[in-house]
Amino acid sequence: MAHYASDLAADDIAAYLKSHEQKSLLRFLTCGSVDDGKSTLIGRLLYESKLVFEDQLDALYADSRKSGTQGNRLDLALLVDGLASEREQGITIDVAYRFFSTEQRKFIVADTPGHEQYTRNMATGASTADLAIILVDARKGILTQTRRHSFIVSRLGIRKIVLAVNKMDLVDYEAAVFRRIEREYRLLARALDTEPDITAIPMSALEGDNVIEPGRSMPWYDGPTLMEHLERVEVDDDRAEKPFRLPVQWVNRPNLDFRGFAGQIAGGQVRVGDPVTVLPSGRQSTVTGVIGTDDDAQSAVAGQSVTLTLADEIDVSRGDMIVRTSAPAQTGDRFEATIIWMADEKMFPGRAYQIKTGGGTAQATLGAPKHRVDINTLAEEPARDLALNEIGVCAVTLDRTIAFDPYDDNRETGGFILIDKLTNATVGMGMIHHALNRSDNIHWQATDIGKDERAQIKGQRPCVVWFTGLSGSGKSTIANLVEKKLAANQAHTMLLDGDNVRHGLNKDLGFSDADRVENIRRVAEVARLMTEAGLIALVSFISPFRAERRLARDLVPDGEFFLVHVDTPLAVAEERDPKGLYKKARAGQIPNFTGIGSAYERPEKPDLRIDTTTLSPDEAANRVIGELVARGIVPGL
Amino acid sequence: MSTLTHLDRLEAEAIHIMREVVAEAENPVMLYSIGKDSAVMLHLAQKAFYPAPPPFPLMHIDTTWKFREMIAFRDRIPDQTGMELIVHTNQEGLAQGVGPFTHGSSVHTDVMKTQALRQALDLHKFDVAFGGARRDEEKSRAKERVFSFRTADHRWDPRNQRPEPWKLYNPRKRQGESIRVFPLSNWTELDIWQYIHREGIELVPLYFAAPRPVVERDGMLIMVDDNRIPLHPNEVPQTRHVRFRTLGCYPLTGAVESEATSLLDIIQEMLLTTTSERQGRAIDHDQSASMEKKKQEGYF
Repeated sequence: MAHYASDLAADDIAAYLKSHEQKSLLRFLTCGSVDDGKSTLIGRLLYESKLVFEDQLDALYADSRKSGTQGNRLDLALLVDGLASEREQGITIDVAYRFFSTEQRKFIVADTPGHEQYTRNMATGASTADLAIILVDARKGILTQTRRHSFIVSRLGIRKIVLAVNKMDLVDYEAAVFRRIEREYRLLARALDTEPDITAIPMSALEGDNVIEPGRSMPWYDGPTLMEHLERVEVDDDRAEKPFRLPVQWVNRPNLDFRGFAGQIAGGQVRVGDPVTVLPSGRQSTVTGVIGTDDDAQSAVAGQSVTLTLADEIDVSRGDMIVRTSAPAQTGDRFEATIIWMADEKMFPGRAYQIKTGGGTAQATLGAPKHRVDINTLAEEPARDLALNEIGVCAVTLDRTIAFDPYDDNRETGGFILIDKLTNATVGMGMIHHALNRSDNIHWQATDIGKDERAQIKGQRPCVVWFTGLSGSGKSTIANLVEKKLAANQAHTMLLDGDNVRHGLNKDLGFSDADRVENIRRVAEVARLMTEAGLIALVSFISPFRAERRLARDLVPDGEFFLVHVDTPLAVAEERDPKGLYKKARAGQIPNFTGIGSAYERPEKPDLRIDTTTLSPDEAANRVIGELVARGIVPGL
Repeated sequence: MSTLTHLDRLEAEAIHIMREVVAEAENPVMLYSIGKDSAVMLHLAQKAFYPAPPPFPLMHIDTTWKFREMIAFRDRIPDQTGMELIVHTNQEGLAQGVGPFTHGSSVHTDVMKTQALRQALDLHKFDVAFGGARRDEEKSRAKERVFSFRTADHRWDPRNQRPEPWKLYNPRKRQGESIRVFPLSNWTELDIWQYIHREGIELVPLYFAAPRPVVERDGMLIMVDDNRIPLHPNEVPQTRHVRFRTLGCYPLTGAVESEATSLLDIIQEMLLTTTSERQGRAIDHDQSASMEKKKQEGYF
């Protein structure tokens, strides 16, 4: 048998080359698990395109006998299971890239593993693919993993899907089996994507049916074989139709007379004379030169690596984006994005990561996830962090303004990676949804009755009285007495107790560092709302960290936050141990218990310090009220 | 609107990769092996930084056993490109007389190539080295990243590779670590030849068939390039019409009999041939996973 392309090559090599230099490129992804026959399918594509040379074939025969799973038959999967450790385990671990070409096209295949623990590998493979082949075992139909693969493919923006219903030989080539799976899949795809473009093909990779040649055992199927489809499918290469985007990679300054801006065009086209804007600075200029691959190019399109020269001496550096003036990209320092977490260590809200986008690098802080997607059920669920291979939606805040597009508009200017600054590992990838403008995203609803009016009716000034101290220091006892005394004098109060709040508002939170921060943030926010209502909010909270107390103080206007340190030595508190917690903590049953496993940072300048070893609870409460009166919060009692 | 051809897209990708390196690396170098892949890589570098010359030196690891025509070709490169060419030889190995005939291919390759490369990178403190490897060459390469990290002792850890979504490469590294960057990762052998043809890139004449003196050993045709090859008694070099599909140390590089004297002939021969490119190389024959092992040890 001849090489797939060899007849013309043998007859007229010059003509062959001319036609082959004009070939297009299709990048596709194969999703499926080992059991679905994915490696066998790719092995067959390579084998049947005659891209396996005789010496490789000899090695394959030897390997097939040694570790193959097909008895004495050639095990095509061994062609693609590359790393030695993978061969031993019989699974494909990483993303592997395969290459083959036919008369029409060159193909780059991203071969990625399908198990849930390899979601990140699959997402990586999908990020550059134009099309995805989703493999389904005809005996098993649509599985959880099919849903997962389809979701990732849809999130990564792939709109062309091939549903490869494999192992038809094991279901007697039954048309009904194929039709049922196809129907089910279309329903699933519709739920994920508004316009799924699905081609379903029944096949047997093992037997070669409908891979390259039509399967004789399936006369009921009159659609294209997989290879026919891959060769013909129109890949909407609409990148050239999009607004012009050039992320500047490097400034070329060989001498004083030349200053060029080098980068790969991420969208649209550019020609000499075009008005352009440099983002994020917003400075405008005109293109005077397009140095592409031809010496005298006047224009270039998306996908090409070029160097532009501009009419004006404006400041442009790596990380800037040159865009068409009439259709600029968005700029901002905050956006919402889907994040795929790729590291063993969890994503931690509030930690600074380095972010690299098509439009530059910056420091980024992730907010707590808005939700996480269960990639098996596709249900959105609440989450406080993201673990390896989890997908969630977060707000991303940068330390500087960058230019970007929503991912759905442009994959290259809307995708980003997150880098851990200590380990240098790539820990996450993300797809930008839209900018979040701090102030104009959520508009304040003006109300006619304000805080002052509400407080006036109550005959008091609102404030937050924040009691901090060790567990067992007497905070709650004193706060409770303060509230009783204030209520007896017609003051309007609300007592928020750390323990009680955890039964309701914060019952979803645990005791990890991330949860503690969120716990305090919510309580402080509620206390602030209470002051809006004109109330005196009494908060009894261990709140051991200065940063947390600072956070609470910063939420309310100056003069409305009143920090009371209920100062009880650890030994005394432990001696009292009203709830038996110290005993448990000493026994190692409560990790991170304040004072034992975790530090209590004493307030340096509390508004009032109460020494409970010298004052009774009643005396302490009177001290607090005395302060409130002195500050004009409540009238004298 | 004409869409880009596959060669256009591969070219743009390689240039993008090279520019990322130049923008991010402290002290990059391009490894230059004198072969066809290096020729393509050098050509792309010239395009990437035009009108400036590529802002990094070229470095050749000279085992002292390369074909003479390769060395002559190499020595013209600085004048042609305006680039600095660093030639490094493992002097200890040289002093010990390490060579393929006396020490065998694996010791020779390890000392004069793998060790020499590590020495040279350490000596010049290069933090990023471009290499011309392609993913289609060999199975373990198929999974290697474009930006491939080496530990301070030049090891590759295939299990700990950074994901490279879109074309966002993460170039951050710790002191002492280095990166091998492969701009031709997604090219195949046919792409290389097509691009050489399209761009009119000059190659070492050894790729073209000509009458050359050879001896046949273990089924390989070895060219008698100088008098260091110990001829067995009764062994007489024969003149045959041969060419080389890959270039390396002459005692380890098998010639193939061929009538292909032009670029078109070579491409035609390549398309119709039935053995893979690396077969002419002696180093990865021992066992199928041997390339993976060599890479973990620091072979490029």
